[in-house]
Order: sequence, then structure tokens, then C-alpha cells
Amino acid sequence: MTTVVERPPETRKPPRLNRTTKFILVALGAVLIMTVAELITGSADLTTRGTASAALRLSIPILLAGLGGLYSERAGIVNIGLEGMMIAGTWFAAWGSWTYGPWRGVLIGIAGGAIFGLLHAVATVTFNVDHIVSGVAINILAAGSMRFLSSLVYTAETGGSVIQSPAVDGIENIDIPFFAGGDLFGWSTPDIFGWLENQSWFFVSDFAGILRGFTGGVNWLTLLGLAVVPVTAWLLWRTAWGLRLRSCGEDPWAAESLGVPVLRMKYSAVVISGALSGLAGAFLVLVQSGIYREGMTQGKGFIGLGALIFGNWIPTGVLSGSLVFGFGDALTFRGAVVFRAFVLALAIGLLLLAIYRGAQNRTRVAIVGGSIGAAFLVFYILVDQVPGQLLNATPYLITLFVLAAASQNLRMPAADGARYMKGEPR
Amino acid sequence: MAQAPAIELSGITKRYPGVVANDNVALTVMPGEVHAVVGENGAGKSTLMKIIYGMVKPDDGTMAIDGKVAHFRSPKDAIDAGIGMVHQHFMLADNLTVLENVILGSEPRSGLEIDFRGASDRIRELGETYGLRLDPVLKVEYLAVGERQRVEIIKVLYRGARIVILDEPTAVLVPQEVDELFDSIRDLKSQGETVIFISHKLDEVLSIADKITVMRGGRTVGTTTPADVDARQLAEMMIGSELPTPETRESTVTDKVLLDVKGLSLASPRGGRDLLSAITFRVHAGEIVGIAGIEGNGQSHLVDTLIGIKDETEGRIVLDGADIHDRSVIDRRSGGIGLIPEDRQRQGLLLPSPIWENAALGHQNKRPYATGLWISKKGAKERTAEIIRRFGVKAPSVDVPATALSGGNQQKLVVGRELIADPVVLIAAQPTRGIDIGAQAAVWEELKDARASGMGILLLSADLEELIGLSDTIHVIFEGRLVAKLDPSEVTPEALGTYMTGAAQEVAS
Amino acid sequence: MRSGRFLTTVVAPVVAIVIAFSIAGLVLLFADIDPLNAFKEMWKFGTTTDSLISTVNRSLPLYVSALAVAVGFKMGLFNIGVEGAYLLAALIAAWFGALFSVTPIVHIALILIVAMTVGAIWNGIAGLLKVKRGVHEVISTIMLNFIAFSLSAYLFKEYFIPESEGGGLSSATVAIPASGRIPSLNRILGAVGIEAGGIFELHGFLVIAVFLGVGYHYLVNKSRFGFDLRASGVNPAAAHVSGVNPKAMIMKTMLISGALAGLVGMSLLLGEYHQYPQDFRPGLGFTGIGVALLGRNHAVGIAFGAFLFGFLERSALILDFFDVPREIVTIMQGVILFTVVIVYEVISRYVAKRTVEAAARATAEEAGLVSSA
Repeated sequence: MTTVVERPPETRKPPRLNRTTKFILVALGAVLIMTVAELITGSADLTTRGTASAALRLSIPILLAGLGGLYSERAGIVNIGLEGMMIAGTWFAAWGSWTYGPWRGVLIGIAGGAIFGLLHAVATVTFNVDHIVSGVAINILAAGSMRFLSSLVYTAETGGSVIQSPAVDGIENIDIPFFAGGDLFGWSTPDIFGWLENQSWFFVSDFAGILRGFTGGVNWLTLLGLAVVPVTAWLLWRTAWGLRLRSCGEDPWAAESLGVPVLRMKYSAVVISGALSGLAGAFLVLVQSGIYREGMTQGKGFIGLGALIFGNWIPTGVLSGSLVFGFGDALTFRGAVVFRAFVLALAIGLLLLAIYRGAQNRTRVAIVGGSIGAAFLVFYILVDQVPGQLLNATPYLITLFVLAAASQNLRMPAADGARYMKGEPR
Repeated sequence: MAQAPAIELSGITKRYPGVVANDNVALTVMPGEVHAVVGENGAGKSTLMKIIYGMVKPDDGTMAIDGKVAHFRSPKDAIDAGIGMVHQHFMLADNLTVLENVILGSEPRSGLEIDFRGASDRIRELGETYGLRLDPVLKVEYLAVGERQRVEIIKVLYRGARIVILDEPTAVLVPQEVDELFDSIRDLKSQGETVIFISHKLDEVLSIADKITVMRGGRTVGTTTPADVDARQLAEMMIGSELPTPETRESTVTDKVLLDVKGLSLASPRGGRDLLSAITFRVHAGEIVGIAGIEGNGQSHLVDTLIGIKDETEGRIVLDGADIHDRSVIDRRSGGIGLIPEDRQRQGLLLPSPIWENAALGHQNKRPYATGLWISKKGAKERTAEIIRRFGVKAPSVDVPATALSGGNQQKLVVGRELIADPVVLIAAQPTRGIDIGAQAAVWEELKDARASGMGILLLSADLEELIGLSDTIHVIFEGRLVAKLDPSEVTPEALGTYMTGAAQEVAS
Repeated sequence: MRSGRFLTTVVAPVVAIVIAFSIAGLVLLFADIDPLNAFKEMWKFGTTTDSLISTVNRSLPLYVSALAVAVGFKMGLFNIGVEGAYLLAALIAAWFGALFSVTPIVHIALILIVAMTVGAIWNGIAGLLKVKRGVHEVISTIMLNFIAFSLSAYLFKEYFIPESEGGGLSSATVAIPASGRIPSLNRILGAVGIEAGGIFELHGFLVIAVFLGVGYHYLVNKSRFGFDLRASGVNPAAAHVSGVNPKAMIMKTMLISGALAGLVGMSLLLGEYHQYPQDFRPGLGFTGIGVALLGRNHAVGIAFGAFLFGFLERSALILDFFDVPREIVTIMQGVILFTVVIVYEVISRYVAKRTVEAAARATAEEAGLVSSA
């Protein structure tokens, strides 16, 4: 009785290649190319545990900020204020640790970020201020407020001033049992990845080295941050609360018509995003620097947004993006030689990609990719030592580059940034 | 034994600033009944339904569901009382699956998680019972219009609705899909559901309804049955006066070709079927060429391509002798293409801006709106006043923002500004969509006058009466191709519908 | 409706400022400081002639920065990249200006042109990324800011610093010769009867700033380009259909915004420092965003906003004498900004609703009856 109506020509077909398989292939390929680049340049530092460990550590603030952005944008509120919420997190975590101890500092840092998240929610959800305007205002307000608070609290202390706090206690690292030889209930376990790393087997040892870096000397907050990824995926896609939250970002009017408390959910989402950004700030202070310093966030909140976009608003995607950006960050600390090796790796990778795309007859992508790869190759040959100041720009250049390359196939929540007022039509 | 009515409304009144949407409305619907509520655009039907569904609170009056007095504070209360609403404009999130859209807000749990298996089973079960088969795991964006409507109905049934409200359900369906829908309605009735059916399509209403209530100007005019009344009488109850007939006068078509489109094609960015394929037609001076088609078959792309906002098209577009295929939007507009866009708020107006700036929109690079590099505020205001006068736009002054105008007056403003610029060819896309009868008649008159003065008009419309009444020639567009060229004086809406679904393809001699 | 405009342009910022002062007062109370006394001292100090001259000087870069941001806002573009653009432009302009010496007017004009070009190019990169690759300008301009910081640090160290006689490195570029300096306006002040205390010179750039403001107003509100610009900001789809090329409009807007951004540092460079020191005044790009929002993207409103922010900064200096942290001003600026965007939204919505209601009533009266929905 019911005849099948043909689909209109413009509907999209579901994606064909499994995302996880693609991810694993790309990861393996990247490590392989970097190993080769290391051999050529004689640098050994691209795939060592040190670089990997630094990359992981540097990626966590970006990850947490990106995940914060995920909650907010999945509920339909663009959150440019992640940076400001992170700044609040750094200040409050430092003060909390200095006054009460590191773990309380974490909680207070989270609370600090959440407060600014609440302000952003009030402006955008209740008063319908343009989301980006509110985000920018939050950033300025947070920066100014923290400076003022510092002037009240720190200026009288030793080591403190308007722009920094005295040293504070941080949170300790652990080694994961079995993978990195950590202790398990008091028993010492074998260090599997460490042993593999020391065998000097081509590629296998390098890969093991990276995994050893991920599992050794890892901070509790790092583990906490990583745990947020699967928790977020489960929350948003398998629970009723998560479905309702996503519906607020896809079509709040549909959600409203079914009785979903849209405004309340948006508030929750934005406060959560503030809390996660606050946690990111806490991480910066309690894991990396041991001190609050003005401007220490250095744009990581915005890079987190970049990871969110790169990750197509999906938790695992945000994780991949954060690792890429964290890796870029780590490179700036390893010095110019390693950077050169990285440039070579990039060149090789891009040229291979160009050949692959050319074989697929996607000539335009092939030419663009190929010329960029060639440019990197020329850079590698001509430039011996990249000056320190320019090296500092690496994370931002990588972010720009990644966004420029990936911007075409992205799918943000349909009602992200939309102005929604309860009871009013679209 | 007297049964309590499923819905009983009495004395319902709702006022908005400047209008009374519902004025002392009464409505009685018995259980198991298919009750139609008819009226023209703006008669108050939508507001009444929103009140029943809890989206809007009435200022006065009472409502009783199944004999019990009801005060709904939100749609959730209405849903709990067993009322379900299938909106005219679907409330579906494209990016979520059928299942997610259906269960949203009433999710079944298994522990902390959603019970996906249970929900999926229930949806398939409902589909079998009511003939509304759907695949729960598909994302809604992959569904066709008729399928989306099925999702909306399942949404309502999933929540145990005993009273189903359908708001203009056939507005986006072709005749075949309408038949399927009516079969489903009969299935619903046989399962004991009460159905309220809102429409302004009288023949459909007469074929499916048990009872018909007519609304006009916010009031209920009367309740009757299909046995007691025919379409003409219903229409007169709805409008209170003679039906307008969009009939043509003498033919004013000349031989001069104003717009010559040949082989126009537009590739799809995602690969697959072309969005437009070898479109070929001509518009002569003094002619209205109508394009009929179901939404989504290429009309919007055709308009976009002709006006110039789509790059990378193939084919030839010749306007008054000049090939404009490569020209920019502004060149084409200067060259004499006018546009009444299908969505005036999205493409035709700057809502927060004053009316005089809106009058300049599309013409801001020439007199009297601009001189040289500067906008001439004086010239624009004078021209706007002229438009207001000539086209009967009701506006307190030229400085009010466009958002202060009613829909009908906004449309009259857009139509006026395009016509007064005296284009060579006017593209009129859905020119009378969403405006009241009076404004509609005014727009039709203006278009006919323009045609008589030698303009060529390309008319794209979903209103088949409008198309047949105004056009000198009708082309049918289906899946990006022109599949039929018809003579309006010889074709009926039913036949047109057949061409529009691609069931028949014919080119008249 | 005239009252509507009054509400949005005057009442809204006043309300926001009152709220900000109240919050600041509460914060001070919380910190055991008497707010009324603090504000009184600030006012006393801030209204001396010297302070007023300093305030005007401080407001000039803020004004230009806000104009740069406002051009973008009018089109719906968020140019956060003024910060990076102005620093880079000031550095390169300083180096360029010190290379030679010609007639003052030509010299100054050339320096300004170089600054505008650098700014336009730098912000233009973000425009290009948006147009070609769809990268949102908020992220790209912020990334470009950080890249500009690194780039200017590099250029500064490698190329632009002269060796000083002692063999070490000096901390600023070569000084621009006299012909490249904008004279102060103190003599004109004296002619009008205002006696400056001799501490501050009123920057001659004031003249240029006024000119920029007038130009902005005419460009945005009266020109055909401005019509297209504003239409693109209000409704890009309608603007496109009306003949505006969206990609070209984005590029032009970013280039103009960037050019203005390049001029932000010029009042300081050509009127006071005459060279680019390592710690050239930062933060003007971000504060400019606040001023633009406060001034509602209007040439005169921005002037008031810039003056207010400058006044706050200047008058806060006195607080050092009273053991009040002068950072109270940064929190005040932040609070003003935050509350003003909320207040604007509330008032605009209220005015819009009333306008629609009034118009509906007027047309209903005209028609002689009340029509249905």
C-alpha cells in the first residue's frame, strides 16, 4: 500500500569508510613517516618518549577546553569565552592550592571557570546576546577580574605580584602498571613498553617509545582529562539527558514542542563548558607550571575551539585534534633540530598524500597538497635553524593550517549560535 | 449514553497587539471523529491549535478534554492529556535519527541509558499498525517529505495520543501522498483515535472529514457535515464573499523574446544527479511563464542560477539579446532582472532596517536611490512613498523598520519595489505565499498589469490555482529537468500533479 | 520611535556604566576600601587640565582601534586581530620612518601609509582564509595575533634593533627624525586659553582621528559601499541577492579594518615615543573591542566610549596614593563591557517590540477596524 518515494537528489549518503579504521591507519602512517624522517636527519627526538609525554601533557588543556566547547555548542551556544574561563580556572586553582592544597585547588579552579560559564549563559540564554559578543566580553572581563584579584591577594606575598602568584603545590605523576612499570598495590610491574623501546627495532621501538611516553610519568589530572572523553561520548549519545541536550543544538523548537526544558539544558551545558575550561586552567597551574602567571593560557582556549572544529564536534575527534596541537606545542620545546625533522616529515607526508590523491584523480587537492609539501621540502633544505621566536608561533600556525585544510567537510550542530527565545517561532 | 466530547472549547479568546487572533471561539469534537477546521490564512486556526496543544494560553474561555477541565501550561501537559500535534512545518532535527526524533522528551530507559532496542521495536510496531513504515536508524535528513510526515505522526502516536491534530498536512504532499495520508487517517479512526484536521483545501476536507467547522476572522462561523454542504458553500463561509478567480484576460503575449534560457545545467556539489539539467525555455514580452513543481525539485536552484548567485553553471542565458551567463548579480539586476524571492524575510528584506532602505535593496546602485557613490536618502524616501501609495502598502511612515509591517504588506513592498523599477523580466517566486486574500488579489492584479505593459514574468508557485490562473504557458520541473510544457486553459490541477510527480512526461505540441 | 533611538544610544550605556560602578563599589567594599572616597579622588584627579590632556591622548588609539573593530561589526565580522595588526604595523612603520627624512607632511603620510598597508595585509590574511577556506575569522584573527607577536619579536631582534655604542643591544628601534613626528597641539590650546601644566603634550594625531571618525561615518552610513556593508551584516542572503558579492565584501571589510588597525599605534609612535620599544603599549586591540561595543559602532558613541575608558585609566593612577589597587579599573572596564551588551540587547528588544506594536496599531486605526491575525 505504501509506495516508496524516491529520495530527492540532494540527500546525502551515509559515510562509507569506518572512522576508527581511518584513524588507526593515519596514526600508524604518521609514526612511520616520522621514523623515516628521523633516520634521514639524524635527529632522534620526534618519536621518543620525551616528546610523546610532552605532547600528551600539553594536549590536555586543549582537550578539556575543546570538550567544554563541545557541550556548549552541542546545546547550541557558541562559546568563544573558553579562554576567559580557563584564565579564571588558572587563577582560582592557584589560589585554591596555595590556600587549601592541590586537590581542593582543582575543585576551586573548576568552580571559577563555571562561574564565568554561568555569566556567559545568563547573557546568551536569558538575554539573547550574540554569542560571540558575549564570549569576547567574558574574555575581557575574566582577564581584568583576575588581574584585580591578584592585586588584592598576591601583591603582599613573597613571589607574588599583580601578574603572578607565589609557587603552589601541584599534583603528582604516576607510571601506569605493566605498560610503564608502575606500582600496583605496592608491587612493582614489568616495564613492557620501555623494554620494547630499548630494543632499537625499526618502527616498533619508535612506536613503543611513543606509547611509553603516554603511559609513564602521567599525571592524575591527565588521566582524569582523558576519562572525560568516553564519559562525554556515553553521556551525549546513550543517555536521555544527552539526547535532549543535542536536540537543543540541532532544533530547539522541536525540542520545545516535545516538552524538553531547552533553556535549562542550555544553562547546564554552558556551565559545564565553563567547568571543563576551569579544569583546563587548573591543569596548567597544577601540572605544568606550579604557579599562576598572567597570560599563561596563551590562547589555548582558542586552540581548543580549533580542536573542536577539527574534531567535527565529536569527543574522539576533539581528542585527535588536541593531540595534534599538543604535539605541535611539544615541538617548540624540543628545539630547532627536531623541528627540522618534523618539517621533513610533513613534506614527505604531504607529497605522499598528493600522489595518492593524484592517483584518485582528485587533481586539485593533489596539486595543492603537492606544492605545500614541496614548499616544506625547500624550507627543510634551505633553513638550518629556525629562530626561537618564530618557533613559538608553531602551535598557532598549525591550528590555522589544520582549520584551513579541514573546513570543508564539517557538520556543526544545526542550531549552533541560533537565537532562541522560548515560545517564539523560528 | 451520551459520551463526553474528546475536546470542548468554549469562549476561547486570544489577543495579540493589534489583532484578535481568536474571538469567542467554540469547538466540539467527539471521540473517534475526524473533525476538520477550515479557514483562510489568518483566520485563527493555528492559534486555536496552539492553545489546544498548550503552546499558547488563552486570555479567556474554557477547555475540556474528555469531559475534564484542562489548563495546559506547556505542550508537556497536553501530551500527558493524550493530545498530539503534527505541525505544518515539521519539527524534526535533521541531524538526529528517526528514533531519536520520535523518543525525544519521552525516552524509554534501561538503567542509566536509553532503551534503544525497546524504542526501535515500538516504532516498527506502530508503523505496522498504522501503515506508516519507517526505518528507525536513518537520519531524518535522508528522508523525503512524505516520510518526514510519517515520523511526525509516529511521534504523536508513540506518546499515546488519543487526539491527533494535523495542521495543514497536505500542504507539501502530491496527490498520491495525500491518498496515503488519508488511508492512514482512516486507520487511525478505526483504532479509535480522534483526528482534528486543519486545512484550507476544501475538496480534501469534504472527502475525509466527518464534521467541518469553519473559521473566519478569528471567529467560528459554523459547523456542518460534508453531506450538508458543497465546496462552493464552504468557500463562501470561509471568505464571506465571492471567490476570487485568477482568470486571465485577453492574451498579451508577443513574439519578442525577453529571456532565452538554453541548456542550463547546475551540477550537484556532492556528485550524483545534477541539480538542474538542460533547462530550456523562453519568456516573451507580455507573457507569464509558470513553473510548476513540488518543492525541492530545482525551483530554488533555477531562481538562484538566473539571478546569478550560483557560480559554475553551464548553458546560455540571454536577457533581451545580451548573454548574461557570466555576469555578476549586480550586472544582471542592472540589466533588467527583477526578483520577488520565495522567502521574503530571508532573501528580500532587511527586517530591522527602515522601509526606505528596504525599498532600495536590489537597486541601491542606481537612481533614485543612489547618486554616484552616495546613497540618496531623499530620493529613496520619495520613491518609497510612491511605492506605498501605488501598491497599497499599509505603513505608518517610511522610517518604520520592515519588521513592523504585516506579512502581506511586506510582500506588497517587495512586489512594489521590483515592479516600479520596470524590469525587463521579473522572476516571481511564490509571490503570494503566506499573505491574506486581499493582498493576494492585489498582487495578482499588479502582475497582470505588468504583463499587459509588456513585461515578461517567470512565475514559480506551489499554488496550482495561481499558476493555472495567471500563466500563459506552464512548464513542469521534476528532479531538475523540465518534463512538460502545458497549456493552462486545458490542464487541471490533478493532471498537473501527475506531471509534478514524474508519473507522466509529455510535451504539448 | 525617536524615543527608541534615545533609549538605545544614551540610556543603555548610562545604565551599564551605573551598574558597573555599583559592582565596582561592591568589590571595593568587599576589599575593605571606601568606594565613594575612591571615586571622588579619581574624579578630582581626572578632571585637572593635565589629566584631561592625558585622557584625550589615551583615548586616541582606543578610538581608532574601535573604529577598526566597528567596521567589521557592521558587516557581522568579528575582527579580534586588531591587536596583532597594530603592533606589527607600528614596528615596521617605526623602522621605515627612521630610514630617511623628507618634508614633514610627506614623511608622516608615508609612515601612515606603510602602517595601514601592513595592517591591511595582516588582517587580510584572515579575510582570505575565511573566503577561500571558510575558516571563522574569530579563531583565525586570534591565531594571527599570536603569530604577529612572534613575528614582531623576531623582526625586532634580528633586523630592527641598532647596536648601541656600548656594544650591547638597545631596547628600541632607531628614533624617527624630527620630520616624521607629529607636533603637539599645546600651542593651539594656549591660544584658546587653556593652560597646560607642561607635563603632557596633546597629541596632534587628534586631528587625524577626527578625520578618521568623520570618514567612517560617511563611509558606513551614507555611501553605497556602506549600504552594502550594513546589508551584509543584517541579512547576508538578501544582500547577496541584491547584488553584493559576499566574498569581495568580506575581503574589502577586512582590508579596511586592517588598515585602520595599522593606525592604532600611530598616535603613540609619531606623537610621543618616536621609536618602537620592546614593550610598546599592548592591549589596545582588545580594549578597542570593548569601546566599539560600548559605542554601539557609532562614530560619536565610540568617541565617548574611548574617552570614558581613557578617563578611567588616567584617574586610576591616583589610587596608588590611597592604597587602592588601580586594577579596579580593569575590572570596571570588563564589567561595563559585559553589562552594556546585555543592556543593549534588552533595550533593543523592548524598542523593537514597541515599534512593531505602534505600527500595527497605526495601520489598524487607519484601516478603521481591527484585523485578524
